[in-house]
Amino acid sequence: MFTYFNNSNRGLYAEFRRLEREMDQLFSATPLFRGHRSAAQETYPPVNIGTTDEQVDIYLFAPALDLDKLDISIHQNKLTIKGSRKPEQIPAEKKVHRKERAYGDFQRAFTLPDDADQEKVDASYRDGVLHVSVHRKESSKPRQITVN
Amino acid sequence: MRHTDKMTANKSDKMQERHDDVYAIRPAVDIYEDEKGIYLYADMPGVSKDRLEIKVDGDSLSIAGRAEIDTPENMASQHTDVSTTLYRRNFTLSSELDDEKADASLKDGVLTLHIPRRMQYQTRKIEVTAC
Repeated sequence: MFTYFNNSNRGLYAEFRRLEREMDQLFSATPLFRGHRSAAQETYPPVNIGTTDEQVDIYLFAPALDLDKLDISIHQNKLTIKGSRKPEQIPAEKKVHRKERAYGDFQRAFTLPDDADQEKVDASYRDGVLHVSVHRKESSKPRQITVN
Repeated sequence: MRHTDKMTANKSDKMQERHDDVYAIRPAVDIYEDEKGIYLYADMPGVSKDRLEIKVDGDSLSIAGRAEIDTPENMASQHTDVSTTLYRRNFTLSSELDDEKADASLKDGVLTLHIPRRMQYQTRKIEVTAC
């Protein structure tokens, strides 16, 4: 499971894994992501990452996030997101039919591209999705160079 | 996200059952039961109330939702754990449950559904008054 990435040379692996995932979805009834506590914490919550010339956007699919316990920090080029789910009030003396959802604390780390501006990070949380935006440094954007 | 072009090609807002089923994610659920009824919690991050659909057809309950995230223009995907925007899952309801009195709420991507048991199936204490 790759929890780190950089923009270069992900092409081949990404294609393989995407094909694998699509096959899984077509041929099996299992959910795309299942919160096994025994699995490495680095795979929950599921994450989508996108880039533009201006910024890098990270989306964490984390329902019922406890915003008081959310910790987003950057050290050198590594962005770390630590969080925890708010548990629901479960009625006492209940019988459990299914228990598939993930609980508790999680931590995911991402390697940001070199031109990421650590001072310009925004984060918002809506409908269970945590959206973190990291803007790129001004000087790294494509520029025209005039020739005299 | 990668599959959104397939989704937007269907101009109508209705969830087209056959086509979308192949691409839908089954949301993870927790289901509890007690004397009073069933409590169902489903994880559907990215879904807001207006994109949520709960249907009861006879003894079949279906929950469906469309996830949407704000993406900047021309965003290139680097990593996609969640490539499909549609959640869908079906359940069979026991006839003891009163689907008409079902109570649903959606908050932070969690759908909470409470379906009470019909009165005649609930054990009731019978008061005995001394004469």
